[in-house]
Amino acid sequence: MAHIPDGVLSAPILTTGALVTAGLLVVAIRRLDYERIPQAAVLTAAFFVASLLSVPVGPSSVHLLLNGLMGLVLGWTAVPAILVALIMQSVFFGYGGLLVLGVNSMNIALPALACGLIFGAALRRNGGRRALLLGTLSGGLGVILSGLMVSASLALSSSDYLPAAQVVLATYLPLTVAEAAVTGFTLAFIVKVAPELILEPR
Amino acid sequence: MLPLPTLTQERENHWLDRFDPRLRLLCALLFALTTVSLQQIPLLLGCLLTGLLLAWQSGLRAGPLARRLLLLESLMLLLLLTLPFTVAGETWFSIGPLNASGEGLQRALQILLRANAIVLVLLSLVGTLEPVTLGHALGQLGMPRKLVHLFLLSVRYIGVLFQEYRRLRMAMRARAFVAGSNRHTWRSFGWLLGMLLVRSLERSQRVLRAMKCRGFHDRLYLLSENRWHSRDSLTLLLVALGCTYLLILERTL
Repeated sequence: MAHIPDGVLSAPILTTGALVTAGLLVVAIRRLDYERIPQAAVLTAAFFVASLLSVPVGPSSVHLLLNGLMGLVLGWTAVPAILVALIMQSVFFGYGGLLVLGVNSMNIALPALACGLIFGAALRRNGGRRALLLGTLSGGLGVILSGLMVSASLALSSSDYLPAAQVVLATYLPLTVAEAAVTGFTLAFIVKVAPELILEPR
Repeated sequence: MLPLPTLTQERENHWLDRFDPRLRLLCALLFALTTVSLQQIPLLLGCLLTGLLLAWQSGLRAGPLARRLLLLESLMLLLLLTLPFTVAGETWFSIGPLNASGEGLQRALQILLRANAIVLVLLSLVGTLEPVTLGHALGQLGMPRKLVHLFLLSVRYIGVLFQEYRRLRMAMRARAFVAGSNRHTWRSFGWLLGMLLVRSLERSQRVLRAMKCRGFHDRLYLLSENRWHSRDSLTLLLVALGCTYLLILERTL
């Protein structure tokens, strides 16, 4: 439930989300040269496809958010990548909405940046050791932060949404488990097979 | 078309395609802005009806669309169940100490109608565009160049990587892999995603080299055939008037 539909959130929250996303986008676009656009685009597509994977958790199954991993692999480019993915999901698949694009992008992109900043730096400093642990932490943190931000967007929009926001937060629990477990192994794999994807400073 | 199961189907010479893609985007935006500012249930029902009509006209496939909307309803359902109890107002019915208010039910209904109306219009006006056309339209409407190119190239490679993903998944199935909630599944899926990313990185290096080979020098061009006609201006005016009318009705009713 990372995609909030249109018509739910209040105008101040929508405006805040749009402004924050626009601000992040300005920085991210300035840091992205034309030379790196093909790489960013192919990885954006890869993350889009990867989120189609459905991971079983107990009796139900979840689709991964992958924002923690995106922050690690893409750095600032995660912001436009997430926006592009969300535009496609809302326009072609009906997930999310139009006016909430700003809020939805912010809720996924800010945690991605945080994970990239915290764990990316740690990973580069120790030369890719402890990738399994760092990947697990990064995946878990990305989802938890996103869950908190989604519930906060709901709760701050109207105090009447408070119970709903709490339930939404609870639904992030199984996703956190699956995401942490899978991204840990993904990061360990990448560090072993193609360390240049992560360890190159950007 | 995206090579993924979307809600749209192939079609030729549709009346919607005679309009400029930019117009379709702007109309969807106007409609969304109007719909979220409406409160009256009859007006919102009108909006939903508009959405349904457009969805039917644009040839969205009914079955997948209905399933998609139901999925969207998981959050809606949650709000529908909690809002009557959290919004203060006249008691509609009560369960034990909990009082459900009519006002709460109205709020829930408003949200339900708004969200569905906007999704329907978005899917039928913008979702039926070719992704490449949409990218060009976004660029012409002032989206930053780099973002447009990122969008266009991503759209291009989603199909390729989806095939790659399916191949990897098929290879796992051929080795009798069954997903469960265990370490083996997590590790296998983790490696699957890692493999997908590593191969994407290699592919992107080939793409860049191929682009350079063709003279790429930090510049890409958008060759677009979108033409803004007078009928587009007229339609935009009519839609804007319709939205204003709805907003006036909202105030006066």
